[in-house]
Amino acid sequence: MAENVYDAIVVGSGISGGWAAKELTEKGLKTLLLERGRNVEHVKDYTDAGKAPWEFPHRGRTTHQMREEYPGLVWHYGNVEQGIDFWVKEKESPYVKVAPFDWIRGYHVGGRSLTWGRQSYRLSDLDFEANAKDGIAVDWPIRYKDLAPWYDHVERFIGVSGSVEGIPQLPDGQFLPPMEMNCVEKDVAASIRKHYGGKRHMIIGRTANITKPLPGRAGCQYQNSCKLGCFYGGYFSTQSSTLPAAVKTGNLTLRPWSIVTQVLYDKDSKRATGVEVLDAETNKTYVYKAKIIFLNASTLNTAWILMNSATDIWPDGLGSSSGELGHNIMDHHFRCGASGNVEGYEDKYYYGRRPNGIYIPRYRNLNGEKRNYIRGFGYQGGAGRSGWGRHIAELRLGGAFKDALTEPGGWTMGISAWGEILPYHENRVYLDKDTKDKWGLPVLAMDATLRENEKNMRIDMMEDAKEMLEVAGVKNVSTYDGNYVFGGSIHEMGTARMGRDPRTSVLNEYNQVWDAMNVFVTDGACMTSSACQNPSLTYMALTARAVDHAVSELKKQNL
Amino acid sequence: MDRREAIQQIAILLGGTVVGAELLASCTSTVKDATTLVGSEYIPMLNEIGDTILPPTDTPGAKAADIGSFMLLMIQDCYNPANQEAFYEGIRKVDEASNLKYNKGFMELEATQREELLIELDKEQEEYMRKKKRDEPAHYFRMMKELTLLGYFTSEVGATKALRYVPIPGRYEGEIPYKKGDRAWA
Repeated sequence: MAENVYDAIVVGSGISGGWAAKELTEKGLKTLLLERGRNVEHVKDYTDAGKAPWEFPHRGRTTHQMREEYPGLVWHYGNVEQGIDFWVKEKESPYVKVAPFDWIRGYHVGGRSLTWGRQSYRLSDLDFEANAKDGIAVDWPIRYKDLAPWYDHVERFIGVSGSVEGIPQLPDGQFLPPMEMNCVEKDVAASIRKHYGGKRHMIIGRTANITKPLPGRAGCQYQNSCKLGCFYGGYFSTQSSTLPAAVKTGNLTLRPWSIVTQVLYDKDSKRATGVEVLDAETNKTYVYKAKIIFLNASTLNTAWILMNSATDIWPDGLGSSSGELGHNIMDHHFRCGASGNVEGYEDKYYYGRRPNGIYIPRYRNLNGEKRNYIRGFGYQGGAGRSGWGRHIAELRLGGAFKDALTEPGGWTMGISAWGEILPYHENRVYLDKDTKDKWGLPVLAMDATLRENEKNMRIDMMEDAKEMLEVAGVKNVSTYDGNYVFGGSIHEMGTARMGRDPRTSVLNEYNQVWDAMNVFVTDGACMTSSACQNPSLTYMALTARAVDHAVSELKKQNL
Repeated sequence: MDRREAIQQIAILLGGTVVGAELLASCTSTVKDATTLVGSEYIPMLNEIGDTILPPTDTPGAKAADIGSFMLLMIQDCYNPANQEAFYEGIRKVDEASNLKYNKGFMELEATQREELLIELDKEQEEYMRKKKRDEPAHYFRMMKELTLLGYFTSEVGATKALRYVPIPGRYEGEIPYKKGDRAWA
């Protein structure tokens, strides 16, 4: 085999790219895994992990410099000192905001698998059938039964802790033992179930933190510092899970500092032949060839690569023949909910820092209900006792004040909604050829906004939260709408959607680019609708399914 | 347990060694050279202000957490210019208020006088913060109080002595008994 020729190339080493690499290498394919950023080695390079709070000079708070370098991250996520090196400096990797947009990225091996929220939920046929039923965008080319075995496959490998609930719109999976709700959450859950006649559920979050050891990984240690990287492999990341599996096969070559500038396309065979790589350290250009290519560069960078590819044939890039490449961008709109005080549990506390909360699956617009919007939202949240930052009215300062603050305060309970965004053709990203990054490459321009459906939904997201908490006896409930900016929940989806017709979609039912069947897109770019569940688990399942198809097609010599 | 020990322990747990573990010992957190901070000459006074807000009881006070340097570091690195100005001016205002009330600088006051004075300033800041417009700076004493709380309860002495710090809890229990006097988790 010539040096630059592989069986398969995977672009991007995050959640879905790591999965593509694992599955391809385990099926015997010599695979090149390309990552645009630096290498991050498991354990060794988790530079902020294992530090005590006092080892951070600003105790986690944001400095002027961080505010300057990471404005979107800071605006959405506040205190960012801990783990700051796992995020991209916006100035160094610019983009154009035609409408307000925050693109929050991780350019290093593992990508955002190191920093993700780990909430792992299946989509259901409620989601897969929604576009067809509503006459929105295009129909998903798959149904739940197509993906269910792949959800099983993924959950078994990564480890998802959760409870079996039998909720049709949130299918159960292959769960490790669930984490425990605390005493207040249990009672709130029971009140909600009772009040709504079993039609609304509050369950423990399903999270990719392992409650039992898996090969090479100790169980979760309940430190709740996952975003710094975990010495124990307590949560799923590329480093803790898929990368070691891929390395073990002997079939993997990992190449950091490799910016893929385009997919190389041969118009006679109508196939991709490889990729062009710009080495971010040497500034040299290389060509790598392979029979199949997986694009897992993260939604918007995958769109960017396609837009820069095969432009001699399609000016707007590979996959643009449908007119949908770059369009239908989605996220989950959030920062909307309610919280309040809980009385009567002063003699109870909890132990450990659970890296997980509760989840209230979607209940709106089900069973014939019709709100003044379509689709719905789910809630995440939790209860806990307040800490030293609380206000103590009767004490201002001094010894009694200090001693009071060394004890836990009263209980509070809050829930916050994540809502579906519809796939609007008008919400799009495109290349701004006049704006270049430091490599001289054109950057993306973002033009996406919430519309009527999401705005109407936000009112329910806020008011329902208040109602449910009050039903459960929570006092002094206050609501908030924290002003969502597109991209902020870091759930970018769409831009290269799956569909049934090459005239209206970029990918087919196996995530193959209609215009180059040996190119697969299995990151968030492929999503035909967003549902309201956290999407990463679905990318992993779609990836494993697509690899299975790719390898079987390769064996049949169809690719 | 420090970071190096933590990594070594994990290596044992996972049945292997972690290459480079010895390189991973973390840097220390205390302000490296407090004398370079803007307003460093006021560190002793800020330490006393902090120690009046959170004095030693059966646990150490804020001064033991090096609170003066911490306040200045935070003001310098994290606060906007208007708040910085209000804070630096506020240090002088504490002395002014002290002179007005007791005819002595803050550092010369007895502990009970310091407490009385700062309680007055706390009432003042509460009133000011309620009325202030959005883009006006915070009251200096509000910043001093908030930074004292943050700096103390996240310090080693605050987290491990005044609170209970468990670096690696190892499990989660959703309900354990609590009795008055038990310290909060850090």
